[in-house]
Amino acid sequence: MNLMQWFRFASPQSFYPLAGRMIPWFWALAAAFGLAGLYIGFFVAPTDAQQGEGYRIIFIHVPASWMSMFIYLVMAFWAGLGLALGTRLSAMMAQALAPTGALMAALSLWTGALWGKPMWGAWWVWDARLTSELILLFLYIGFIALQAAIDDPRRADKAGAILALVGVVNVPIIYFSVKWWNTLHQGSTINLTRAPSMAQTMLLGMLLMALAFWMYSIAAALTRARAIMLERERHTEWVKHAVD
Amino acid sequence: MNVFFASIRRDLLLALRRKSEVATSLFFFVIVVSLFPLGIGPEPVLLKKIAPGVLWVAALLATLLGLPRLFAADHQDGTLEQMALSPAPFGLLIAGKIAAHWLLCGLPLVLLAPLLGLQFALDASTLWVLMLALLLGTPLLSLIGAIGAALTLGVRGGGALLALLVLPLYIPALIFGAGAVEAQSAGLDAGGHFALLAALLALAVFFAPWATTAALKIALE
Amino acid sequence: MVAQPPVGQSRHATATPYIGHNDAMLTVSDLACARGEHRLFAGVSFSLAVGEWLHVQGENGAGKTTLLRTLVGLAPAETGTIRWRGAAVPAAEFHRELIYLGHHAAVKEELTPLENLHFAAALDGVPLTEPAALAALRRLGLRGREELPVRVLSAGQKRRVLLARLLTRPATLWVLDEAFNALDARAVELLGELIGEHLAAGGLAVLTSHQSLPLPGGRSLVL
Repeated sequence: MNLMQWFRFASPQSFYPLAGRMIPWFWALAAAFGLAGLYIGFFVAPTDAQQGEGYRIIFIHVPASWMSMFIYLVMAFWAGLGLALGTRLSAMMAQALAPTGALMAALSLWTGALWGKPMWGAWWVWDARLTSELILLFLYIGFIALQAAIDDPRRADKAGAILALVGVVNVPIIYFSVKWWNTLHQGSTINLTRAPSMAQTMLLGMLLMALAFWMYSIAAALTRARAIMLERERHTEWVKHAVD
Repeated sequence: MNVFFASIRRDLLLALRRKSEVATSLFFFVIVVSLFPLGIGPEPVLLKKIAPGVLWVAALLATLLGLPRLFAADHQDGTLEQMALSPAPFGLLIAGKIAAHWLLCGLPLVLLAPLLGLQFALDASTLWVLMLALLLGTPLLSLIGAIGAALTLGVRGGGALLALLVLPLYIPALIFGAGAVEAQSAGLDAGGHFALLAALLALAVFFAPWATTAALKIALE
Repeated sequence: MVAQPPVGQSRHATATPYIGHNDAMLTVSDLACARGEHRLFAGVSFSLAVGEWLHVQGENGAGKTTLLRTLVGLAPAETGTIRWRGAAVPAAEFHRELIYLGHHAAVKEELTPLENLHFAAALDGVPLTEPAALAALRRLGLRGREELPVRVLSAGQKRRVLLARLLTRPATLWVLDEAFNALDARAVELLGELIGEHLAAGGLAVLTSHQSLPLPGGRSLVL
């Protein structure tokens, strides 16, 4: 595919119908992977010797945490691309990804708390991972709030892009500083990385669930991106066409 | 480099002509710190334990208080436009403004902190470490905060939004800054914390003025 | 929307596009600008040579200010090119030769007129001597007010402090947005004089104004 073709799809006008055709496939894949993953997670995977049945929440928790971090990177990538090349579509993708990322971070925190109560006896502990996940949620909320507060969509795109890039530089710094802080305050810490040999089926279930979350995120982001395109380009001819 | 110092001089002179603004954030720092013993109780052992965290969180909030004003006045009266069009590098002028913000909102905190530390029963060597940690940490706060101030310039609900954007980015400074003081008062070596604070500061000196300048250009469009 | 021939000549000559001279310093071709999602104007082309000035006219909201801000490089152009001495704008070289005075007063209320001029020069990295600054302020009728805080001056006097920069900061291209606002009759006349001297000395100017200006070498652009 040469560069010109690439740029053709980078215009909302040609991307809109393409995304529309792709979305059902991603929903279908998300459902298929999700069903398979949940089946393995609930019925095939063995009961954990130490944690009992309660451990099964990690089939939601771990993929959600992975996606929350991965989506932030993808979002920053699109935002940076939009800032560098001025392509409208990239900025729209970044904007469309943010709520899904925030949802994943919130889901990860929520399931983490549900898991923590039976395992640790507390809804919340100041574990390094939980704390940095919380901060990641703050970063997502900051990005969404900044974009929402700026009326001019072009300024919102660019300002959001700078914030996302600053965030990307900071995420590893924050993660390691929190980790360091955590090791200094050993008292309340419980080590999460205990599980020595995870059963093959557990890993498979987790992988399938991660794929399901991935596909869901793409489908949700594309759906949202289509809505953003219509809203932003409502004055143009192609939108009037597309809506009719 | 002359324009850098001219930019600092200008902001210092302006602050001198409206002293109340600088004094406000300084008194805010003092009051917030003084509220903690009232809320927690006067036991010296407990106060000594919470002192690093309290002083650092108060310093974070006090620098935050001055941030919305960093660019707002210059933006409103058109001076920022003139700076962007100056033949001198815009980034250098903005770096001067950030430096002035630190001299006005950061340095006074460094100088005042030992006095407040005394109220929290910190010993002399810990007070020195507190000062040094703040000396390395507060410029970091000004630099990171300037990015947030530039991004929220002229935006609805700018002040609260600024806090939302900037406070999560302040966390590493808080951890290492308070960590240094805590290590010292526990009889450990604070050197590692200082090294990390200095590394973060070097990173911020390099990147923050650049990001701030980019954000300001967007705000001016 | 193409620059018309000099003001005072036939206003119906807009049909023939104005072709730039060979010795044009400032060349703008096919410029289009938008504010938010709203297209303000498109297809604006003009060029200016030494000693010429452009009078940008149009109704409120036609995009006069946006055109000027785009011209100096503060706002991005949607399409089109702006060239100064043949090089694309904004370049550092362009800013050295440019002075832009916008709607805003761009003076600090807490400082005196003299301090304002000195700091403006210092931030531009241009040397300015005390006598030169005083002479500029006096030429603009601010004698006796050099050391008062700008806060106590009237709106017109604040505007004059800003205009004093035209004298203290050497620049080839003056871009003035509604520079005649808030000025009294004497000051309007004075500013006309200053622009005239600037053009006579080989300068260029782009202005928006609702007044007609009896200056030679003028072109008109209606948005």
